[in-house]
This record gives sequence, C-alpha cells and structure tokens, in this order.
Amino acid sequence: MEDNHMEENEQKLEKEVAPALIAVHPNQLSVTVSIGSDLRVFNLHDGSGAKLLDENGGHKDSIRAIRYSKSGRFFVSAGDDKLVKFWDTNSWHCFCSVVSEKRVTSLAISNDEMFVCFADKFGMVYVVDIRDYNYENQGSVNKKAVPILSHYCSIITRLEFSPDGKYIVTADRDFKIRVTVFPKEPVNGAHEIQSFCLGHTEFVSCIAFVSSQDCAQGLLVSGSGDSTVRLWDYASDTLLDTCDVGAKAGLLNSNQGQEEMVPAVTDLCAASDGSLVAVAIQSLPGIMLLSCNLSARTLSIAKVVAVKGETFIPTSIGASFSIPLLWMVMGASSLHNTDSTLLARVRVISGFGSNQSEPVSHETSVLEDTEIPGGEPLLQELQGKLSIGEEAFSTAAEAVKTAMRNLLIKKNYSAERREVRKKGRNDKKNQSPA
Amino acid sequence: MLEHESISNPTHSKTTGLPRKRFYRARAHSNPLSDSHFPVPISPSQFDLTLHYPHYFPCPDKSDGSKKIEFADIGCGFGGLLISLSTLFPDKLMIGMELRDKVTEYVKERILALRTSNPGQYENVSVVRTNSMKYIPNYFEKGQLTKMFFLFPDPHFKEKNHRRRVISPHLLDEYAYVLRVGGIIYTITDVEELGEWMKSCLDGHPLFEAVSEDELVADLVVKLLSTATEEGQKVERNDGQTFRAVYRRIGSCVPH
Repeated sequence: MEDNHMEENEQKLEKEVAPALIAVHPNQLSVTVSIGSDLRVFNLHDGSGAKLLDENGGHKDSIRAIRYSKSGRFFVSAGDDKLVKFWDTNSWHCFCSVVSEKRVTSLAISNDEMFVCFADKFGMVYVVDIRDYNYENQGSVNKKAVPILSHYCSIITRLEFSPDGKYIVTADRDFKIRVTVFPKEPVNGAHEIQSFCLGHTEFVSCIAFVSSQDCAQGLLVSGSGDSTVRLWDYASDTLLDTCDVGAKAGLLNSNQGQEEMVPAVTDLCAASDGSLVAVAIQSLPGIMLLSCNLSARTLSIAKVVAVKGETFIPTSIGASFSIPLLWMVMGASSLHNTDSTLLARVRVISGFGSNQSEPVSHETSVLEDTEIPGGEPLLQELQGKLSIGEEAFSTAAEAVKTAMRNLLIKKNYSAERREVRKKGRNDKKNQSPA
Repeated sequence: MLEHESISNPTHSKTTGLPRKRFYRARAHSNPLSDSHFPVPISPSQFDLTLHYPHYFPCPDKSDGSKKIEFADIGCGFGGLLISLSTLFPDKLMIGMELRDKVTEYVKERILALRTSNPGQYENVSVVRTNSMKYIPNYFEKGQLTKMFFLFPDPHFKEKNHRRRVISPHLLDEYAYVLRVGGIIYTITDVEELGEWMKSCLDGHPLFEAVSEDELVADLVVKLLSTATEEGQKVERNDGQTFRAVYRRIGSCVPH
C-alpha cells in the first residue's frame, strides 16, 4: 500500500503541523477547540470547562476535523490517529470510536443526524450509520465505516451535506468539487454524481453552504489556494460569482519573489441568515467579510475586519446557528515533541449576521477578552493560558502555512529533476545500475 | 507541409506517410497514480477543440457548441479502434485518451498523416495525453458521451494494485456521469480474472445494466473490439480468448 508517489512525499512530513480548530454548538451551549491531539470544551451554559470521558484516552495524534451535529446532541472529532470519535455533548463521554484505514482529513454530519461521513488522505469517503444509537443508554457502540465514494487518488479537503440533505459535496486538492446525490441507504454507496463545480485553479481548501429561510436549498461557496472564493449553484454546476479575496486584501505584494504563492483561503463560515460569509486567508490578520445576496445570487467583498493589537491570523472559524457571533482560533500543533501545553488564541467578532427579529446591520466589532461569552474562564480553558505572548504565534502561523502548501500544492519539478528523482525509485527489482 | 516532413523525417514511412511504430516504442505499463505534467482543462468549456478538430472548429472564439465529442476511447494505445470508428461514424466526434507520451505522439502523427492522404476523412478523430482516471470530468460535461471504450486495460494483477484498475466501482460513478442515459460502455480483455472483475463491477453499479445478446449481435462496434486494435489482433494470432462486458447507462431508480 505504501507504493505510490503521494505516500513518498507524505512520509517526509510525518510530523506535519496541524492547525488549531474551533467549533461552536448550534445554540452556543458550548465551544470546542482542538489543538494537536487535545480537545478542549467549555460549557457556556454552566460556565465551566467540560471533562472528556474516553476509555481509550482520547486522540493520540493531531485532530484534523471537528463538528457538532445539527441539534448539538453529539460531537465528532477525527484526525491523524485514524480514529473518528463520537461524543455525547451532555456527558462528553466518547460513545463510539470508528477506525479509519488512512488518516482522516475531514468530516460531516447529515442534518438528520443519522449518518456521519468522513474523508481520508487517499480520496476515499466513508459513512458511519448511527441511526440505532440510543442516547438514553450511555453505553458505547461498535461501528464500522463503509466506503461510499472516492476522488481518485486525491486528498479530500472538505465535505459538507447540502442544507436540504439531498447531496453530499466533496472538495479535493485537484481543484475539483463534486456534488453527489446522498441516497436514503448510503451504505450501498453514493453513485449518482449530480455535478462537478470546476473553476478553481488551485486546491479547494474549504466549502460552506449559504442558505436562509427563504432560500432553503442554498448556494455553495468555496475557498481555494488560488486566493478566490467562488459562489456556485451547486446542483447545476453553475459558477455564479468569483471574489478575488487575496488581491483585495492587499496581500499580493509585487515586491516579493516569483516563488511567492498567492495567499490561500483557509476557512469559510456562513452566517446562519445567509447574508454574510466570513473568510480566513493566509497572512491576513483578521477576517474578510463577503456579502451574499441569495436571491440575486451574487457574492461581493464587504470589508476586512482587522484584529487590532495583535497579529491574529485565524486557523479556523465557526459560529452557532442562533447567535450572531463569529468565533475564531489561531494555533498549531507543536513541531517538536514537548510536554508544555499547546497554546491557542481565541477571538470573537460580533455582528455576524442578525438575530432573527432585529434588522440586518453589519456593525461588526472585535470583542475584547472580557466581553466574550464565557469570559476569562473560557479563554483559560480553550487557550491553555489566559494571556498569550506574541512570539508563540509568529512561528505557528508560518508553520501552518507551509504545512498546507506542502500537502496540497503539487510540486513542479523541472524535467532534469524528474529524471534524477526517477533514478532514485526503489521499486525496480532487476534494474541494472544507470 | 506533412509530405515535406515525411521525406526528411525517418520516423514516418516514405510510402504511406504513416508513422513507424518502432520509433514510438513505450513500455506497456504506465503509473496512473503519478501526478503528471500535461495541461488539463479547468472545465469542459475550457477544452480547446480547435487544436483537435480544426475542420469543425476553425476559430477559437466562434464555437456554436452544437457539435460535441461523443465517443471516448480510454487508454487508446496506438489508435487502432479510433481509426476504424472514424470512418464507421463519420459525423461523430471522437477522442482517444492515453497516458503514455510517446504513444500519444504516435497516434497524433497517424491521424495527421491519414487526414493528409485521405482529404475530408479522419477530421472527426483526435487524441489527448491525459490521466482519465483523475480528469474525465474536466473534459466532458454531464451526459455528453454516447460511447466509452476500455479495450484491454492494464490488469494490475496484484490485489494491492486492484484499485489502480481503470474499471472500479468508484470510477464507474464518473463514467456514469459523463455518459448519457442510454449510452454504452464497451470493455474487453484477454485476462479472465480482469474480465470477471469488470463484469462484476458493472453488475454491482446501480447506473449500469447489461446489454442483451441480441443487441450485441446487431451492434457494428462490438466486432471491432477484438479486431480493430493491435492488442486484439495479437490475442487472435495467439488464439487467445477474450472476455467482453458491454453495458448501458440507465437512469437512477434509487430513492433519495
């Protein structure tokens, strides 16, 4: 199994740096940050950190994806230890641990909470059926993952279910977004491809659905290494709009050498009222807000929200469904094995969308530490420390950027270099020395 | 222009103008997993047909979009099938997809030479160097193709390499996507185990059903599967057995 070209590159980056991730309970009852193999949960409803219960001792390697289910009833985490863990959000007991063949890159939960899908580094997407889990009885269950579709030998970066649950959308490193019909019985596979959204010129790093009560089917937004965010009518693979976010953020610096890559979009989050999309971009200290008009089917750049007083470049962003706050985290797993606690920095932006009754006002502001829900206890729990020094982050930001680039951008070797690399191949048995 | 070239160009025969195979030798096997360095269109609308079918698409900006490629030969090798299909279906556009560089060059030269020596013919056939296991959706729109061919694909005997096979349960999803409902997929091999594998993948896929024997007998193309290609002719010379699986793309009937 370790015989293909991709695996060769990956072995060198065994200890890849993983970005810190953040997820918010749909009703903001809790906020979770993952950093390295650590999962940190803060319960906002009682103002305390939650203690996670797992007979197997939690994750053993970097966590790459975290998600709350639509009602918030359970939470799923997965990553480089090839485990997908299911947690009950009342007791924070891990009731199921599914083994994956390869390292997990992304996961999604169906809106009806019956299925959890996850993707691995070889382009395979699996489904776990948890329909029969009994939430009253707190016992553990054994579940197996079943493969349902694949992007041939391409790293799948994200997967998402459409708002109406009809489709599962998968994005990969080969610039592709595939929209597949999600059948009622997915264990037989998801074989009917609805469309491919093709247009990005670099790896697709993140996708999100934008929907509202008036537009339940919603539209798809995607972010890419090509520094754009695109809006799609996903069922008919129509590209509706493209926002050149890297250029607009003033990040494209023509003074820098030709080797400089354009800043990749690292994460997206749509406001629950369908009016805004928050975009995290490499090297941008803050967030770019895009204004989305679902009826006109347009996407345009609204503004950049800068975080003042510190160089805060978010590695992951998230929001609840009911409260218009955007939560952001910055952090990375350690490059070297140290015993010290990994540090993450959490910030919150208010005005992200609207409360149902209030009119839409895009008065966004970055909240001070004392103003955020949960206040200092939350920061202590999720960050690892209350106040974080600047130096801790400068290396982390660069490390995450490099790791993403190494993983997702294909190396372009010159022809001579390719010949030299070919000679070094060790799979030819009877080759006479060159 | 080509006549002048073939006089000074030793790679082509002086008499027929056709390229000589011995100058285009390549290994039978190529690694479908390696990230190769040929250009791939970002989407089917970006696929430049003026390079392939100049007779039908003379200017880059003016394309009425009515004529589209309908037949694709996946792993077309030296182009034997395509050349036969070209005259059998003169008004259909068809393309060969091949991973090996030298072999693609050979087919290109062959087509150009045939176009020159048979004016008005062979304008509907072309070849592109690409990895069809990764990039099929980049070349063809949903339901664009009416015929897809997989002739004598690489068997990848070892079990650990089975996932490199060009016919597999997951890749069939993509082939079903580019094939129109009613479109036909033709496969043939001289390796019994592979023949069984392909048949079982197709049987197990909800969007394909087997084409009946009666229809196979009536289909002109079916005979070409074993006779038109170099590989097929070699099998016949050696009195080998071939295993065919011909299936039709059907509409979805899965509840969702």
